[in-house]
Amino acid sequence: MNKKQKKVLQRIIISFLCILLFAFIPVEGYVEFVLYMIPYLIIGYDILKKAIKGIMNKQVFDENFLMAVATVGAIALGDYKEGVAVMLFYQIGELFQSYAVGKSRRNISDLMDIRPDYANIEREDGKEEKVDPDEVEIGSIIIVKPGEKVPIDGMIIEGKTSLNTSALTGESVPREVNVGDEVISGCVNLTGLLKIETTKEFGESTVSKILDLVENASSKKSKSENFISKFAKYYTPAVCYGAVALAICPPIVNQLFLNASPQWGEWIFRALTFLVISCPCALVISIPLSFFAGIGGASHEGVLVKGSNYLETLSQTKYVVFDKTGTMTQGVFEVNDIHHSTINNDQLLEYAALAESYSTHPISKSLQRAYAKEIDKSRIGHVEEVSGKGVIANVDNKEIAVGNDKLMNQLHIDYHDCHSVGTIVHVAIDGEYVGHILISDTMKPNAKKAIEELKSIGMKKTIMLTGDMNNIALQVAHDLGIDEVYSELLPSDKVDKVEEILRNKEDKEKVAFVGDGINDAPVLSRADIGIAMGALGSDAAIEAADIVLMDDDPLKIAKAIKISKKCIRIVYQNIYFAIGVKLICLVLGAMGIANMWVAIFADVGVMVIAVLNAIRALYVKKL
Amino acid sequence: MKKTYKIEVDCANCANKMEEAAKKTNGVKDAVVNFMTLKMSVEFEDGVNPKEVMKEVVKNCKIVEDDCEIFL
Repeated sequence: MNKKQKKVLQRIIISFLCILLFAFIPVEGYVEFVLYMIPYLIIGYDILKKAIKGIMNKQVFDENFLMAVATVGAIALGDYKEGVAVMLFYQIGELFQSYAVGKSRRNISDLMDIRPDYANIEREDGKEEKVDPDEVEIGSIIIVKPGEKVPIDGMIIEGKTSLNTSALTGESVPREVNVGDEVISGCVNLTGLLKIETTKEFGESTVSKILDLVENASSKKSKSENFISKFAKYYTPAVCYGAVALAICPPIVNQLFLNASPQWGEWIFRALTFLVISCPCALVISIPLSFFAGIGGASHEGVLVKGSNYLETLSQTKYVVFDKTGTMTQGVFEVNDIHHSTINNDQLLEYAALAESYSTHPISKSLQRAYAKEIDKSRIGHVEEVSGKGVIANVDNKEIAVGNDKLMNQLHIDYHDCHSVGTIVHVAIDGEYVGHILISDTMKPNAKKAIEELKSIGMKKTIMLTGDMNNIALQVAHDLGIDEVYSELLPSDKVDKVEEILRNKEDKEKVAFVGDGINDAPVLSRADIGIAMGALGSDAAIEAADIVLMDDDPLKIAKAIKISKKCIRIVYQNIYFAIGVKLICLVLGAMGIANMWVAIFADVGVMVIAVLNAIRALYVKKL
Repeated sequence: MKKTYKIEVDCANCANKMEEAAKKTNGVKDAVVNFMTLKMSVEFEDGVNPKEVMKEVVKNCKIVEDDCEIFL
């Protein structure tokens, strides 16, 4: 609790004790009035002051005014106890609200506690010095000890360690890094001492960008937030006029037309009850708080949401469109299989890797990786590259031909076609066919599960767009269980396809596009909601997308949608609950069934419940 | 031009009122008050002096909500 809150708490306790005490003192009339004015003024002086100031500034319809009128009215009618109690409970409610909001503010900023406080730089004389990360220039050497956060993006020049990236990605398995690896600020160094050469300034580093993004996220307001602000703007004055009407009209009707007693006191009291109920606080606080908690919880899971409005749109998503390479697949070519080999598989791979060892083509790189041993270049003699076909190389004094069917045709070698999808590398030794190697892009481990999850949370259709060849695309789509697939698309075709999908869906159904954010920025911005994945360290992706998945696990797509749904559900619960209870209490109050105490519940109680409910949006780990 | 200021305000509805007041101030193109992070971001119209405009913004905010603070 801060100073302000403590002071209010003291006032609450003192006036509460006063009321308790006075309940046992049998006094009446003026003495009672004077006695009850003591706790009333202790607890309510600031409200009264604000109400008067509000009137002078022509800003009458605020909650201070409502409370002042309601309590002064109750006291004027002789209900001293009620008057003081309303004020007391109002203050308790306010205190709780400011405490809860302050606490959730702290909770959420703790969740995102990735801001490094200092950096250890290595000075020229070899000594280290603790400085503000803002002061570190690009190219400085910083030292990160075990247990410390990496303060600034950079490259490791000395040491190896495992890094905990969970604050950034939600991924709990540590990442192993070595000399020459890029490290991203915000990770926690777990085991070894690191020396890092910085490649960015602090303000441009990943951690600053992420914090900036999350902190500004709730500035982009959602439709429900705007609705509530508008609602509050009309609601308070409307209820006030309603209260005036309630105080004046029935007594006049009674007196003039029904010849009954006007019962002014009774109706004014009902009108005051009305005023107490009318306070819009519960609504106005709980909606942004829910979104804030939702965005905070999501960022803890490695899902950055750039605004409340995006969270809202995401929850309405019915179509998920994917890019293939880098999103559903690793985007890395790997040797998947070896077929029809007439010699030992390892030996076949060895020859292919040696023959291709001078090439930098992705295919030859994947051969080297699969071979995984040092290439003994002395075994390789003359190498001839046949452009667009492959290579013919002399290895161990044998002529090795490695390439596609065109190369085999050129050399008049019989080869076996492959029924699998991918890039086929045929190998022949001294004109003799020895088999082929299948190289293909591998699926991400969670890709299939991700599609299943998406279907289980009610997505109407999953669609894959790719620039890749038709048969490969169909194969991947089939393996993953994706509903529709469009292949051999240029980047501009992808935009057209997304536009076509946007045209054909119903208005309330939203289309999300998931890409790696590097070359699909136009599509990301064209879809209702653009999700970039594997964005850790990629500024372009963070810029282009509405929602950023920090690691490249496709399962997070479903998770993000689930988080958004939970958050929106809480928002609607709060809207319906708060408005509903208030309306019911207003009606009951007008009929004279609800008294001041019910009114206090409608105001303070609803707010407390709504705030507690809003904070639930923070807990998204188990979704 | 866009600038962000730290603010101090107690209730969410008051924050909304501050936003309204800031939006109506001359020289302000758009303003957003974020109650959760206690920040006000103001987008100024071209060619105005943000310092002068912010003085007006503070004045207008004080009218709608006496108990607020904007740290310039």
